[in-house]
Amino acid sequence: MSTIALAPSVQASIERPGKLVLVLRYLRRNKGLAVGLLILFGLVAFTVIGLLTVNTKNAYPLSVALKKPPSWKYPFGTDFFGRDLLAAMVVGMWQTAFIGVLAGGLGTFIGVVLGFTSAYFGGWIDGTIRTVCQVLAPIPVLLIQVVIAGSLDKRDVTIVTMALIVVLLAWMGPTLVIRAQVLTMKERQFVAVAKLSGVGDLGIIFKEILPCLLPFIAAAFVAQVFVAVFAAFYLAVLGLGPLREPLLGNIIWAAQSQGAIFNGWWWWPIIPSIAMILILGSLALINMGLDELANPRVRRTE
Amino acid sequence: MNVTLVHSAVQPHVPMSIAAAEPVLRVRNLEVTYYTDSGRAKALDNVSFSLKAGEKLGMVGESGSGKSTLALAMMRMIKPPGRIEGGQVLVGDTDLMALDQEGMRKARLSRIAYIPQGAMNSLNPVMRIGAQMIDAVRSHLPDEPKPAVEARCKRALQSVDLDAGVFRMYAHELSGGMKQRVCIAIGILLDPDVIIADEPTSALDVVTQRQVMETIDNVQKAINAAVILIGHDMGLMAQFVDRVAVMYAGRLVEMSSVREMFTDPKHPYSRALIRSLPSLDNKGVFQGIPGLAPSLLRLPTGCAFHPRCDSAMPECSTARPEAQILPGGRSVTCHLFDGEA
Amino acid sequence: MQARTIPTGKNHQECSVTLRFIIRRLVFLVLVIWAASTIVFFIPRLSNRNALRERFGELARTGGFSPADLEKIIASMQQQFGLDRPLLEQYWQYLHNVVRFDFGYSLYRYPSTVSDLIAQSLPWTIGLLLVSTILSFIIGNLLGGISAWPRAPRWMRSIATPFVLLTGVPPVIMAILLLFFIGFKLKWLPLGGAYSVGQVPNLSWGFALDLLRHQILPALSLILGSVGGWVLSMRGMGITIQGEDYVNFAEHKGLTAGRIFRDYYMRNALLPQVTGFALALGTVVTSAIIVEGLFGLPGIGTMLNLAIRANDFPTIYGIVLFITIAVAVLMTIVEFLYPLLDPRVRQS
Repeated sequence: MSTIALAPSVQASIERPGKLVLVLRYLRRNKGLAVGLLILFGLVAFTVIGLLTVNTKNAYPLSVALKKPPSWKYPFGTDFFGRDLLAAMVVGMWQTAFIGVLAGGLGTFIGVVLGFTSAYFGGWIDGTIRTVCQVLAPIPVLLIQVVIAGSLDKRDVTIVTMALIVVLLAWMGPTLVIRAQVLTMKERQFVAVAKLSGVGDLGIIFKEILPCLLPFIAAAFVAQVFVAVFAAFYLAVLGLGPLREPLLGNIIWAAQSQGAIFNGWWWWPIIPSIAMILILGSLALINMGLDELANPRVRRTE
Repeated sequence: MNVTLVHSAVQPHVPMSIAAAEPVLRVRNLEVTYYTDSGRAKALDNVSFSLKAGEKLGMVGESGSGKSTLALAMMRMIKPPGRIEGGQVLVGDTDLMALDQEGMRKARLSRIAYIPQGAMNSLNPVMRIGAQMIDAVRSHLPDEPKPAVEARCKRALQSVDLDAGVFRMYAHELSGGMKQRVCIAIGILLDPDVIIADEPTSALDVVTQRQVMETIDNVQKAINAAVILIGHDMGLMAQFVDRVAVMYAGRLVEMSSVREMFTDPKHPYSRALIRSLPSLDNKGVFQGIPGLAPSLLRLPTGCAFHPRCDSAMPECSTARPEAQILPGGRSVTCHLFDGEA
Repeated sequence: MQARTIPTGKNHQECSVTLRFIIRRLVFLVLVIWAASTIVFFIPRLSNRNALRERFGELARTGGFSPADLEKIIASMQQQFGLDRPLLEQYWQYLHNVVRFDFGYSLYRYPSTVSDLIAQSLPWTIGLLLVSTILSFIIGNLLGGISAWPRAPRWMRSIATPFVLLTGVPPVIMAILLLFFIGFKLKWLPLGGAYSVGQVPNLSWGFALDLLRHQILPALSLILGSVGGWVLSMRGMGITIQGEDYVNFAEHKGLTAGRIFRDYYMRNALLPQVTGFALALGTVVTSAIIVEGLFGLPGIGTMLNLAIRANDFPTIYGIVLFITIAVAVLMTIVEFLYPLLDPRVRQS
């Protein structure tokens, strides 16, 4: 109940440290975000260094010896089709990142545009967008993606089409989130003041509301990347991905089809699994950390 | 220093009806500190007072002055990072601060009851009112037969002027005033010796405020409990309490009878408070108290009030004043009265 | 004073409010099913793939009948499936069939219908789903509730941590890891299948035990990954609820810690979780299906896997549509049950 009132003068008198120090200090408190960023940084470093040093041709079938367990020559081993799993991981990670950022970015973009339109203009536009989102929301997105991916000619399935398939049904989440945020933002005083002082709709959207929503948009983007990576992974595990590419899910699908674990080639499915855990884990941690940053109410966790 | 001890020495000055009884509540040197990231904040500093059965004390002060902290400390409900650092709260002969966890749990509601600040949300939305009253009784009197428990609850509802039908209702079906009454009814279920009402009327409209205060007044008379009423509204309080205590920055700065407080406040802060009340004489002129309430993290040296005080003396910024008992039994914590005790 | 009596004449009005709520939800349900059917109907028709031609082309290569025969067979099949009629008529017929749970014939297992295949495999999926979903919901919410409860001992609060760390792990990967460590390395549990090779399904304890042993790893992979999600959302909820005035007041009332935890804290914190449960159903079902396929349990997931491998489009579409409808129906049921838990919703 009655906690101590912090007089503003006390805070003002403390010296303002540099921005970097502040960020680092914040990260020390928000450990999830720090660890997530650290893992992500490691993955990016692995991929970049890998792309520069490893022969990416070895990520494709019939490039190296078959079914070799991890050794000095092949740190991650090789698979039944003669792919070097190290090279496959490097290329697969890059492709996963590509799908994630492309689909996540597109999904967030659509979500932001629709969310703003819906919340700012209201009326029948809002009604339509909201209803469509609500009707589509209960449909298990992945299964519809299965239908789409299944209906495509196998030759048409590439990394880019994968991303597009994922986006097709993954913009409802950010739309609803952004819509809700804009709605609360609209009620705030400063928007009303801007409106009264004659700032136009677009001016208000871009100058007043959008900057305040950046943390939410960032969180929505990370969440979208997570969803996209997850969906693309599932499609690939079901064998609906671009089969030739060493996408992480594809490798697991291939391993599963060849009964890798039954046959004792454990490294084949395990290594892409671990890579996937790291990717999704870091994204989940960053997402939670950003949530905490954007939504101070959650900050009360110890 | 210790108000209670000195207080008993001057008892002859207190009105006879009250003087006859032993104090039912004695608070001695209660101290609470909050350990925050930015430092230690002393939210209660050496607070002592006592109350007799049937006596009503009004507790006033700005937000952050420690009123609610005092209430929570007496219930032993201070949550980390806050800590009760010392002192005693004696209800009858029991020192609440010395009880174990289970003993304290049993003392709550049965010896010392708390009527919450936010009555709007103080009732569980998914349980019927009756169930919430029954579980309160049951956790103190596990052996009381069910019909007796129910009768007890309905009696309590009746004594706060609520229909017995409320028993089967949910919180969202009640108005704000009705919810506050339910909380009062819960507070008196077990005839406690002390009732603490923490701003019981803060969220209510003016008419309901009066009704709720009257309800508290009635039930208090019925069970002859000592009541501590916490609030900002000096006007409302003046009509219902016997004595008024003023808190500033975690200290009790003055404690007097209502009449004395309103006609002849002693502490400069009390004076300023009384002056700031709207009255028929100072129509239109609204006098506030200059300056801001100090941060508990950085209290001014000496008397915490001296930067805002219009009668500050040089020693006020260096020496901490101690509580003085003035003739008549009032207690004031101010250098102006050094040597008058 | 303003002593209030219980409103009695309100019954009629309340009844119509409830009715309106039910009708609105049902209309919404129909809308969802219609949207899903429409998507599933049109998307394949937008693509240039011809399922019949692919299937019979394959047969022609292996079975050795002439291209002319192939065309004839395809034409007759198209007529039989109604694919030669106008699109709108097909669409109407399709919706009509969906309502009757008629998803057409399986191409791969012709003349079995898709509904037959679903009916055969459904019990397996329901069993796995029911057990894993209920367990993870209960465990997750209990642990989440405890982990946000300040009066719980530290060790109790930290039980939830390992589950939270597993949150990002998709059930499929969990399945692979479990298969490898527990099934392959430790050899504690079987690597897949519904029952051991050589066992004949019968009603004996031995067979039941064997069946159960084959269900443990799939169920575990679903539970381990999803408990963390419930823990996280419940912890967030718990932090909000424990700051509520009624929890505080309950303590002021001198209630025992156990009672406050159960009746005041958990009961209120769980309410939004039930809604969350309805929303999560789609993901839960999807995960279950994929995990099932991975373990080769004879459920809907394996059916879907086989259908994808065999390009058996009617079966893929039928299964997808069936699951979508099932999820939407389950969600509606949860929403109908919700007012029983929350008296506030009951009235408004």
